[in-house]
Amino acid sequence: MADCAETLRELETFLDDELSSDAVAHIRTHLDGCVDCQQAYEFHAELRQVVQAKCRGDEMPASLLDRIRSCFGDGLVDPGDGKRR
Amino acid sequence: MAGRDTFADDAMQFAPQLYSAALRMTRNAADAEDIVQETYLRAYRSYESFEKGTNLRAWLFRILTNTFINAYRAKQRRPQETDVDDVDDLYLYRRVRSADFSSRSAEETLFDLFTDDEVKQALEDLPESFRLPVLLADVEGFSYREIAEMLNVPIGTVMSRLHRGRKSMQKALAQFAAERGLLDRSPADAAGTDQTRTDTTTIR
Repeated sequence: MADCAETLRELETFLDDELSSDAVAHIRTHLDGCVDCQQAYEFHAELRQVVQAKCRGDEMPASLLDRIRSCFGDGLVDPGDGKRR
Repeated sequence: MAGRDTFADDAMQFAPQLYSAALRMTRNAADAEDIVQETYLRAYRSYESFEKGTNLRAWLFRILTNTFINAYRAKQRRPQETDVDDVDDLYLYRRVRSADFSSRSAEETLFDLFTDDEVKQALEDLPESFRLPVLLADVEGFSYREIAEMLNVPIGTVMSRLHRGRKSMQKALAQFAAERGLLDRSPADAAGTDQTRTDTTTIR
């Protein structure tokens, strides 16, 4: 079972889902038995969700789709191939 | 091998995601539109080299990242370091915990503590070498290996840039929250400085 220092040191990699399954099991066991580390884990897991939720979903201008589609027809696609527009 | 005739059907669904990411990279709408368009043009032209059945989203993000780096790295000769040596790994956690949010549930607190604009700003203010890994990992969910391939750097470099970039973001977020009076201005763990006004511009 990992101790607090080890758990906190590995917390970032743990949250990134980049630890070996052995190391993950180690950390999980510690988190189950340690309220302090569990709280730190929950905070950082939630922070990830906040960052992800708030940095996505900007409204894309509709005109950009037309610009992109116009590239496909830019001498690269047979204009008579009946592709959808 | 993938055929160009299916490119629009396969790839256009990712345009909104690519546009949001491009906004975080370029920090303005006109440039974001340009690099997304360029990304689709390049992707279309090389779609035959895309291996069907592999991750199309990751392939498009790789092209987007490269397009951005090629177009803007020359332009942006800003200092690439970020000063986070004085920032503890649990910096934001400790500051938030020391504030009294006991009246609200923990679940609401963190989502309510920062506005959308503040979180975007904190990310966009990171120097490019930190901003890209944090964007690709924390917003887009790519693995260390995928990010290393996109940025053409070793995995260890991805990890250390993520670590520093995240700390820098946490410091910026704490400052935003402090400016709105939601967190104390002089946290117990801030190294040495108790003055209220000196540490507002330390990010870059």
